[in-house]
Amino acid sequence: MIAAPALVGFAFLLVPLVALLIRAPWHGLASLLSDHSVLTALRLSLECATAATAVSLLVGVPLAWVLARVRFPGIQVLRALVTLPLVLPPVVGGVALLLAFGRQGVLGIYLDRWFGVTLPFTTPGVIMAETFVAMPFLIITVEGALRSSDRGLEDAAATLGASRVAVFFHVTLPLIGPSLLAGAVLCWARALGEFGATITFAGNYPGTTQTMPLAVYNALQTDPETAIALGLILLVAAVAVLAALRDRWLRPNTGL
Amino acid sequence: MVRAIRAIAPRGTAIAAALGMGVVLATAGCGSSGSPGTALGSTTSASAPSSSAPISGTVTVFAAASLTEAFTTLAHQFEAAHPGVTVKLNFGASSTLAQQINQGAPADVFASASPTNMKQVVDAGGAQSSTTFVKNVMEIAVPPSNPAQVTGVADLAKSGVKVALCQPQVPCGAVAAKVFANANVTVKPVTLEQDVKSTLTKVELNEVDAGVVYVTDVRAAGTKVKGIPIPTDVNASTEYPIATLTKAPNTAGAQAFVAYVLSDVGQQVLAADGFASP
Repeated sequence: MIAAPALVGFAFLLVPLVALLIRAPWHGLASLLSDHSVLTALRLSLECATAATAVSLLVGVPLAWVLARVRFPGIQVLRALVTLPLVLPPVVGGVALLLAFGRQGVLGIYLDRWFGVTLPFTTPGVIMAETFVAMPFLIITVEGALRSSDRGLEDAAATLGASRVAVFFHVTLPLIGPSLLAGAVLCWARALGEFGATITFAGNYPGTTQTMPLAVYNALQTDPETAIALGLILLVAAVAVLAALRDRWLRPNTGL
Repeated sequence: MVRAIRAIAPRGTAIAAALGMGVVLATAGCGSSGSPGTALGSTTSASAPSSSAPISGTVTVFAAASLTEAFTTLAHQFEAAHPGVTVKLNFGASSTLAQQINQGAPADVFASASPTNMKQVVDAGGAQSSTTFVKNVMEIAVPPSNPAQVTGVADLAKSGVKVALCQPQVPCGAVAAKVFANANVTVKPVTLEQDVKSTLTKVELNEVDAGVVYVTDVRAAGTKVKGIPIPTDVNASTEYPIATLTKAPNTAGAQAFVAYVLSDVGQQVLAADGFASP
């Protein structure tokens, strides 16, 4: 009774990926993947996803700490707002970024006027779009870990004279280490796969803003074999992420 | 644990729709709902195609993004002339539409902005033959304030001038490339957009200094952009073929719609939007 729908569900998730493997142009794969434009898109994707993860760590971890530890009215609303990009369609995120940081944007107009800086259609624009979409994954993961971590240890360190900063770096961070890593990997993977916000806010140009997902989408129009080859790379990246998170996800009862 | 709800990333046209700037796009995407429309007085005259085969149901038309306004009007008129018939319009880059048709998208009619993309469909057995119904040429679109003071094609090659173009595989990108070759300039755009309407949107939003689009797009955008004409000796044109698809779910409807586009009435609508006769 339960097995049949379960099998359907399993097959539904698996068949498309198997199809990707079956139809992959294995013979010409090496030449397709060593193509200059493919390598450009791959390098840009890796750089931007890594930069977006770095930015997320820099501002997302402190934000997660505030959400987990600081008590003030309205914190629930703040938490909901922070997680909004998780459920918002990415393309809407891209439109919102354009309205905020575009050349005519609420803030962007001053960036352009005062500093001559325009963010759309630039690599920093890609990083912003990816950070906007991916950072909430890190925040949610780290915040959950902070909530469930043993505050007694932090209190003990504080009692022994450690400063707040020292407690954070020497006690709190090591406690949430595995979750921090998991959150960062999740954030990186999400940034790597970002499409909607990127193409909306940063446009599409090889070398500056055309990341792998955009390249896959473009290639599909003219050169499906390249699209499949690029898809394979992203599939490998996804499998690598799963492997990195295997202790958390593949073992039951230890979910996030 | 938290799982992402990942929206399927739509094509660039969604940007315009989301911003409420492409009202026509948005309504066209929903299909027409049999409104009375603004039928010309001569809709039922002799110039309209013969309606010997009774047509009914839905006619699904895949059309180049540059045809958005003209085909929306044509669809309304066609519906008014054939009560009970609904025309569903799907606009996008001709290259994307050709690929969708070849992958089995259930379309009745394909109107391409380039013979190249029509050939892709014909070669794959998706259509027997096609008929050229209009021609279109390019124009430079700039924001009304013309921030980079663009006056001609040569200005697009200047560094610091942000230019949006269509992707090279999209007809508007291919024709723009011909214009640059004719003018002997090398333009490095900041973005290669999915279709001509996305390129136009970037200009309307004032995020780029210029875009190369069809004259019909500049006209359709009204006061939202300013057109800088391209001299005829430099300009390039593209022909628009239309075809009934072999796997059309509604063959009679498809043939009637194609005939309507090719009729005098249809040609008047297209000419009113700035398209040239083939």
